[in-house]
Amino acid sequence: MSALLEATGVAVEYHRTGAPPLRAVDHADLTLARGEILGLVGESGCGKSTLGRAIVGLQGTTSGEIRFDGRPVAPLGLRRRPAELRGLQMVFQDPYASLNPRRLVGDQVGDGYLLGGTSKTEARRRAGELLERVGLPADAVKRYPHEFSGGQRQRIAIARTLAAEPSCIIADEPISALDASAQASVANLLVELVRELDMGLVFISHDLSVVRQIADRTAVMYLGRVVEVGPTRQVWSEPAHPYTKALISAVPRADGAGVLPVELPGDVPDPSRPPGGCRFHPRCPVALASCAHDDPPLTILRDGRSAACVLAE
Amino acid sequence: MATLLEVEDLTVWLATRNGPRKAVDGLSFRVDSGEVFGIAGESGSGKTMTAMALLGLLPHAAKTSGRAVFEGRDLLAMKPRALRDVRGRSIAMVSQDPSTSLHPMLSIETQVTEHMRHHLGIGKSEARGRAVELLSTVRIPDPERALKAHPAQFSGGMRQRIAIAVALACEPRLLLADEPTTALDVTVQAGILRLLDRLRRERDLAVVVITHDLGVMSAVADRICVMYGGRTAEVGPRETVLTRPRHPYTRGLLDALPHPEGGAATLRPITGSPPSLGAVPDGCPFHPRCAFAVDSCRERRPEPVLVETGHLSACPPDPLGGAA
Repeated sequence: MSALLEATGVAVEYHRTGAPPLRAVDHADLTLARGEILGLVGESGCGKSTLGRAIVGLQGTTSGEIRFDGRPVAPLGLRRRPAELRGLQMVFQDPYASLNPRRLVGDQVGDGYLLGGTSKTEARRRAGELLERVGLPADAVKRYPHEFSGGQRQRIAIARTLAAEPSCIIADEPISALDASAQASVANLLVELVRELDMGLVFISHDLSVVRQIADRTAVMYLGRVVEVGPTRQVWSEPAHPYTKALISAVPRADGAGVLPVELPGDVPDPSRPPGGCRFHPRCPVALASCAHDDPPLTILRDGRSAACVLAE
Repeated sequence: MATLLEVEDLTVWLATRNGPRKAVDGLSFRVDSGEVFGIAGESGSGKTMTAMALLGLLPHAAKTSGRAVFEGRDLLAMKPRALRDVRGRSIAMVSQDPSTSLHPMLSIETQVTEHMRHHLGIGKSEARGRAVELLSTVRIPDPERALKAHPAQFSGGMRQRIAIAVALACEPRLLLADEPTTALDVTVQAGILRLLDRLRRERDLAVVVITHDLGVMSAVADRICVMYGGRTAEVGPRETVLTRPRHPYTRGLLDALPHPEGGAATLRPITGSPPSLGAVPDGCPFHPRCAFAVDSCRERRPEPVLVETGHLSACPPDPLGGAA
């Protein structure tokens, strides 16, 4: 199986004046196939958004390689997205900030077609079709973003992404800013589109239960690194990394049983001064003495699963 | 258990460009001492305005009616000056975002001791001693040093712990927590929920938790009130409401959640979106989105009625009650 998207050993550093560089992503590996949904989860500050931005070329990398459809992804900077990377698109978290409040919805969605070389009238017609496809009325073309609710705005943002006819979408917390019922419908829309258009989707989220519901595979990040990846069902039923285990047991369930979620002691350490050895060892309930100096790499286990823990088998 | 707060027929009008509009419409509930009472609902359902009305912190030109009796006194009828003595002393609040609720330029010591010195009239050194105790109660490591620090030096979870310490400074009887863990990661959220639960047990503190997250409700609340369009849809014991809901809206919220066992099933959203301020439909506010709506739902505004012991639901056709 050739991967649609392949990231190997990606590192991203943010340089700051008067402080050591902050390594937000440190040797992260990811692969994504066509028609697949990869859930990327982790606590805030673990580097999942930075990795997402690096994958689409919005963020420069310090080292490592990102390939989309076999071609290397170079940071865009201020350049226009080259034609061979147009298939790689991003959906942002906040549809209140990502849409231009002063432009008609139809024009914003049609931009993708205009850049692809279609005429103005044709772009507008196709924008209408796309808006209907994402479940909005066709007259949305002639309206402004403020006339829509959060869930509808996120649908507009998704339609705008689709205008570029992508084969891979990186969605960074696409439903976090929405209400519970709108969350479910936008998540369903993304799943439908992936299946129908045979796209790849990286779904970045801190909401584990949604990822569990929609992702084919799940990757768990901690402090800039992917510490576990595998088919969602297995990762949930028998997590191989103690961090994954801790994350899962911290999710409260709406079952009425009144069970308090399990607490993971300590905070995520400062990424500019990560602990030596395994990065999770200071908070790990099952750490061995050797974990303080040995840094385990992401190792392939079985059934397409990998984990970065000496205890995983 | 003794009733600590009794809210009766609370209505809140907010001033809008088109005149006053009801954000909360005839809400009634009671909170016992030592109880965790949950108010659930989507954004715009009136849950935050309910808390603000109790504290007298509503936006300019808002009006209220009804009663909210706390320790024998009606909070809604109190003069602003009298309410100021209750607020921060017997009723305290924790808000969603600790990075905005704490003052960025003041030291933690100033913020934790401010209420104590104002309300209890104690001296600086005594207040300081109490602040150290409070910070260790909420598990801030090295409290002595933390007092000299500023909010920016702490992580989000630690800041929320400090905000809780500020709220607890005068040993309130009631804590209003508005989305206290929404801005936090699940691992940090677990710690805050455990802290709230411990405080309630150790201090006989009543907590009103406002959240849209039914998982959080399930973890901490004893009783849950589900709000929709400014009104009570359903109220009852945690387990009953979450496992045998009688209102179609509660059912819908539960069905929209990812299934606990995972699997390939898609999520089942509630169709449509919640009504905006001033556009609450006639009759049952939920009827345009309800799969069970009948003609009478469009005409008559249902009041919550007792469907079983301690469990009220505002759905007269009661389509989910048939099985029981």
